[in-house]
This record gives sequence, structure tokens and C-alpha cells, in this order.
Amino acid sequence: MIDKVVASADEAVAGVRDGDVVLVGGFGNVGVPVHLIEALVRLGRRDLTIVSNNCGTGETGLALLFKHHLVRRACASFPAQAGNHHFVAAYESGECELELVPQGTLAERLRAAAAGLGGFYTPTGAGTDLMAGKETREIEGRLHVLEQPLRGDVALVTAFRGDRFGNLRHRLSARNFNPVMAMAARHTVAEVAEVVPPGSIDPDDVHTPGIFVDRVVQVGEAP
Amino acid sequence: MTPQGWTTDQMAARLARDIPDGAYVNLGIGMPTLVTAHIPPEREVMHHSENGIVGMGPPPPRGQEDPDLIDAGKNPCTLALGASICDHTVSFTIIRGGRLDVAVLGGMQVSARGDLANWRVAGQKLGSVGGAMDLAAGARQVWVLMTHVDKSGRPKVVEECTYPLTAARCVDRVYTNFAVLQVDEDGLTAIDLAPGVDLATLRACTGAPVRGD
Repeated sequence: MIDKVVASADEAVAGVRDGDVVLVGGFGNVGVPVHLIEALVRLGRRDLTIVSNNCGTGETGLALLFKHHLVRRACASFPAQAGNHHFVAAYESGECELELVPQGTLAERLRAAAAGLGGFYTPTGAGTDLMAGKETREIEGRLHVLEQPLRGDVALVTAFRGDRFGNLRHRLSARNFNPVMAMAARHTVAEVAEVVPPGSIDPDDVHTPGIFVDRVVQVGEAP
Repeated sequence: MTPQGWTTDQMAARLARDIPDGAYVNLGIGMPTLVTAHIPPEREVMHHSENGIVGMGPPPPRGQEDPDLIDAGKNPCTLALGASICDHTVSFTIIRGGRLDVAVLGGMQVSARGDLANWRVAGQKLGSVGGAMDLAAGARQVWVLMTHVDKSGRPKVVEECTYPLTAARCVDRVYTNFAVLQVDEDGLTAIDLAPGVDLATLRACTGAPVRGD
């Protein structure tokens, strides 16, 4: 029998190790797996590489990982924003380095890893500072930059509903990076507002197939 | 004396006039978001948002925000008739695959060849690039909406950008408080002037040669 549902967020993230590359879904504060992040803070694994669109704001979500000095490297498209003081402190002290990646390149590097591709050429970033140190090639008369796949050891994602097979249905703009991150990691953990009986998510409505998901934990009050 | 030209709202309205019926557009965060309110109601324009929305609607009334529905600036939004939701890979396939008719971006500097700098000032250590490089490189038309000069009165339309580039040779048009500039291979042409701004004044406030229409 397949049953990926676990009882707690702590149990769900127990497999994370020091130094892991952790993909964290979300855009701004929407679709961010805040319960899994809090469990990761309790677990106290260090020297993490965090791949996420943002670097957290205020005192919740991603910001907690920087506040507790767990991150050695951040890979993000939009780290500089109001309220990101915990990231800024970690960055300015030299404790955490930053790799700035254009948002579409971030999504596509994850997709490349998910699809087993060795990278791709894109015009995004060509002729800019973010091209430094990368191979380039002219394709169809236009300068392209070679981008590498970005694979996670672990992905922490959210969904609206999930079942014991790991099938996930997302909701509105909380979908964002969650499906591609679920596909791009060796081990994927999903926090869902509601665990539903198998079959109650119409197969046509599954956004992230359960084959990509290893653990599911319900974190919301079941409606 | 430096003229005032158009107000910010008038600049947004001037740009909105040029967005055709049926267009798929992405309006960048900041000043470009003002454009929405000026699109003539008889035109059906679909707004794309990087975080996976095609057919974004206006902000919701207070108290009716959906916590799962935000725009690229992370503010609550709604969905318009005909909207669809997608994940980030599809959203950036829309951008990078050339499906957007127009991307409207803010600007710090635009060069005479259409280079755009809008994500980080020179010397600044930490910047956020977001989807700007993808939009600048991928949209069919890139229109920049910005003030004509910076806070110190220096031209923002220049011969060569001194700030780090967002993308090279990507800008098709610049809408400022002084003028609308068309950017071509061979330089800039003023295709509209704000009231009280003549070509001589425009040229005095611009860091690169400008042809009259």
C-alpha cells in the first residue's frame, strides 16, 4: 500500500541533512510552506542552500531560516525587498552568499533538472552582469547564455489538497513554483491545507502528480 | 527652465492609448501598474502576472482579498473574465516564448540603441532582478515608462547606460513626462511631445540625439 501521509511537519522534514540544497516553493508570502520551514528550524540543520524566489520578509516563513543562521547560500530572483532584514543581516555578515537568478531562468533551471536535461541556452541575461563566467553562443543571430540545471536534495512545497498517493491540487497564484520544485528534487515534502481521500481529486485536476511527492502532511484545519 | 510636461497619470494614459484591443500585456511593478486604469473600457486587454496569472483583474474591495491571489508586486488582486492560472514554468514560457504583445517596464536608464537598465543602480551591492530580464528579452514589444530626467535633473535617456543592464537592445518605445520616443536601430525619434515641451527643450534634457517626427 502506498501512503505518503505523515502525522507532523517535524516528521515530514526529518530527512533533511546539513548542507542540503532545499527548494522552497512560494512567491512573496503566497504558497510558501511555512509549517515545513518552522519544522526545519526546529530540526536545526545547517549550511543549507535555499532556492526560492524571495528571501523572506518579517518574522515568518523563509526569514526564519536566515534569522537562525541555517543558510550558507541563497539562490533567488528577488531577495532585495522591504522587510528582508534577516536575509540582509546574514548576507552582509558574509554568513550567507547569494546567487541572483532571473525569475524565468530560475524556473527553467528547475525544470531542466526535473526533466533530466543538462541545461539550456537562453537570451535572458545576455549582455548583463549575470552572464559573467557563463558559456555563450549565438543562436539564430542572437546571443544566448548557457544555464545549468538546478536540482534539489529536498523540495518543500505547498498545495491546497493532497491525497495519500501524493497527488496535489494547488489553488490560484499559490501554485507558482510549487509544481516545478516538487519535480526537481530527489525528495519532495508537501504541506497541504487538507488531506483528502484518494479519488476525490479528479485525475484531470491533479496539478502535481503523486509520483513526484514523497511526504504529505496536513497543516490546515480541515474545512 | 525644465518643463513639467505630462503628470504621472497623464503619462500612463498616453501609454494606455497605444495598447491595442486584444493585447496580452505585462505591466511591471511601480509606475507601469498605473496604466491599467487608463485602458479604454471598450478594449479587451488581458493582463499577465509573472506568478502565473493570465487575465488579472483590479484590486479587490477591502475585506474581499483572497490570500492565495496576489499580483507580481505581492498585492491582492482579482481575476478577470477569461482568466487562467498556471505554474511558474508556463508563466515564463509565455514571457520567454514571445507570447506577450507588450511588456511595460519602469526604467532607470535607456540608451539610444534601446539598452535598458532598471534593476540596480551602479555600485549597489544587493539588487533584485525578478522577472525584468525575462520580460525585457522575451516580450514582442518593450515599452519603458519613466520620468525623463532623474531626481538630480540628469537625463535618463542616454548614449550608453552607466547602470547595470537588464537587457541589451530590447526597448521599442519610451514614454516619459516630456515625450514619446521610438527606438530604432539608428536611434531615437520623438513621436509625440507633451504640452509645453518643444523639440529643442527635449533635446536639451536628453543624453542622446533625438530626431523630430
